[in-house]
Amino acid sequence: MVDFIVGKYNYWIYIVLMMIGFYAMIGKKNLIKKIIGMNIFQTAIILFYVSIGCKKGATLPILGHAHGHAGQAIQTSAYINPLPHVLMLTAIVVMVATLGVALAIGIMIYLKYNTLEEDEILKAVK
Amino acid sequence: MIEQAPVLIVVIPLIFAFITPLIGWWRKELCYPWIILSLTLSTFCSVITLLTVINTGVIHYHLGGWLPPWGIEYAVDYLNAFVLVIVSFTSLTVAVYSKKSVELELPEKTIYFYTVFLLQATGFFGIIVTGDMFNLYVFLEIASLAGYALIAVGEEGAPMASFRYVIMGTIGASFYLLGVGYLYMTTGSLNMADLARLLPDLYGSKVVLVAFTFLIVGVATKMALFPLHGWLPDAYEKAPSSVSALLAPLMTKVSAYVMIRIMFTVFKPYFSIEMLPVTTILSWIAAAAILYGAVMALAQTDLKRMLVYVLLSEVGYLVLGIGLANKNGLTGTILHIMNDACMMVALFMIVGAIVYRCGNREISQFRNLHRRMPFTMAAFVIVGLSVVGIPPTCGFFSKWYLILGAVDTSQWVLAGVLVLSSLLNAILFFRVIEYAYIEPRGGHDNGGESLAVVREEAPLTMLIPIISVTAGIVLLGLLSGRIVSTVIQFAIPACF
Repeated sequence: MVDFIVGKYNYWIYIVLMMIGFYAMIGKKNLIKKIIGMNIFQTAIILFYVSIGCKKGATLPILGHAHGHAGQAIQTSAYINPLPHVLMLTAIVVMVATLGVALAIGIMIYLKYNTLEEDEILKAVK
Repeated sequence: MIEQAPVLIVVIPLIFAFITPLIGWWRKELCYPWIILSLTLSTFCSVITLLTVINTGVIHYHLGGWLPPWGIEYAVDYLNAFVLVIVSFTSLTVAVYSKKSVELELPEKTIYFYTVFLLQATGFFGIIVTGDMFNLYVFLEIASLAGYALIAVGEEGAPMASFRYVIMGTIGASFYLLGVGYLYMTTGSLNMADLARLLPDLYGSKVVLVAFTFLIVGVATKMALFPLHGWLPDAYEKAPSSVSALLAPLMTKVSAYVMIRIMFTVFKPYFSIEMLPVTTILSWIAAAAILYGAVMALAQTDLKRMLVYVLLSEVGYLVLGIGLANKNGLTGTILHIMNDACMMVALFMIVGAIVYRCGNREISQFRNLHRRMPFTMAAFVIVGLSVVGIPPTCGFFSKWYLILGAVDTSQWVLAGVLVLSSLLNAILFFRVIEYAYIEPRGGHDNGGESLAVVREEAPLTMLIPIISVTAGIVLLGLLSGRIVSTVIQFAIPACF
C-alpha cells in the first residue's frame, strides 16, 4: 500500500492538484480565484503527461551517436519518451491562450460591474 | 490541387483570418467580401473532398509527408466529408448573413469580429478533418476560444455568460485531454486508425475504461448534453445574433460528430455497446435531454431563449441516435446533423432579423409581424414545421429514422419520448405563429392600428440566406432518400 502511494507519488500529486483546481473552479465565488483554479487544473494535466513520458534511470532523448553511426542499435529504455513532453508544449500554448481569454473577459466584467464577485455580478445582471 | 483539398479546407480560413486585420486597417469595408471569399473557397474544397470520397474512397492526407502514426494524418471518409460540407455551407451562409447585424450590434469591432469568425470556422473544419486525437484537442480549443471571444461581445450579461462557458469548456477540454493521455499511456499512439487497431487487445484494461469515460464526458460537456448543459442557455442567448447563428447549429453538431468518431471508430462498436452499457445510459440521458429542453422551452417568453432550449432538445435527438446504436438510429443521427444544422441556422438567423427590425424578442410583442416581415415569417413557419416534423420538410425524415431505430430495439419508451417531443415542439412553434399571424378579435385594442403596419422586411443580405436555407430545408427533405443512399449508408460503421 505504501509502495502504491510512494512509488507513484507524481500521479498522486497530479490527482490532488487537479482536485484543488476543480474545487476552485466550481466552489469559489471570485472570478480571479476561478481563473487561478482553472490554471492549477490544467497544470495538473501537464504534470500527468510529463509523468507518463518518464522512465527510471533514463536520460534525455539526444542521440550522441546518431550521425555516422546510424546502424548502431538504440536502447529505447535508456531514453525518456519525448512525445508527451512535446504534446505539452502545444497544450501550454492552448492553456496560455485560454488564460488570456479568461482574463480579458474578467477585465470586461470588472469594467462593467465594478466587481469580480460572482453573486454581486449576478445581482447586477438581474 | 485536388489532392490538397482536405488540408486547404483548414488552411484557407486560417491564413485569411490572419490577413483580415491588415485588410481591415486598409479598407474596413473589404473585410466582408474577404471572409465570403475565404469561406467560398473552403466550401468549394469541401465539396471537392466529398466528391473525391464518393468516387475513390477514403482520403488519407499526411501532413508534411510524415507517415502515420508518427505524423499527423487527415483522414476523410464519408462521415467526415458529409459533415464538412454541412459545416462549410452553414458557415458561409452565416457569413453572408452577418453583414448588417454586425454593423448594427458591433459597429466598432467589425474587423476583429470577422477575424475571430474565420478562426471559429477554422476550428470547426479542423475538428472534422483531422485523424489525430491530439490534433483534435487543439482544434477543439481553437473553436472554443474563438467562441468565448465571440460570445463575450454580446448584449448585457454576455461577458458573465461567456466566463461560465470558459470554465465549463475548459473542464470539458481538459477531460478530453486526460482521456487522450490515458489512451496514449496504454497504446503509445495518437492516430485514430492506429488506436482502432491497437485498442481491441486492451479492452479489459481499466486504463482504457477511464480513458473512454473521460473522452465521452469531455465531449458531452462541449456538446451541452443535458446534465452538463449549464453554460449553454445564457451563452447562446446573449451572444450577438450572427454568433448565435454560427455557434448554435455548429458547435453541437461538430461535437456529435466527435462522439460518433470516438465511440464507433476509435473504439470498436462492440466495446461501446456490449462491454460498457454506455449506449443504454446515453439513450436515457438523451431522452431526459429531449424532454427537459422541450419543457423548458415552453416556459420561455423570449423567442431566442426558447430556441436555445429547443437546441438542447435537438442535442438530445443526436445523442439518442448514437445511443440506439443500430443502423436506423445512426442514419437518423447523421441525417439529423444535416437537418438540424439547417433548421437551427435558419431559426437563429430569423431571430436576428426580427431583432434587427423590431429590436425585441418577446413573443408577446410579435403582433402583426406577418405584415411587417412577410417573407421572414413565412420562412419561420416552414422551419417551425420542420422542427415539429411535418413530412415534406427535412425534420420529419431524421425523426422518422430515429423512431424506426427505437422500434428496432423495442425501446418503446424512447419512441414515445420522440413523439411526445414532436407534440411539445408543435405547441412551442404554433404559439409563436399564433402571436405573429392571428390578429386579436373584436379590434377593441388595436383594430384600426393593425392596418397601418408598414411593411419593413429584413435587409437583403439577411433575407437571401434565410430564404435559401428555408428552401434548402424543403429540398433536403425531398432529397433525403438520395442522400441516405449515396452518402449516409456508407458513413455508418460497417458492422451495423
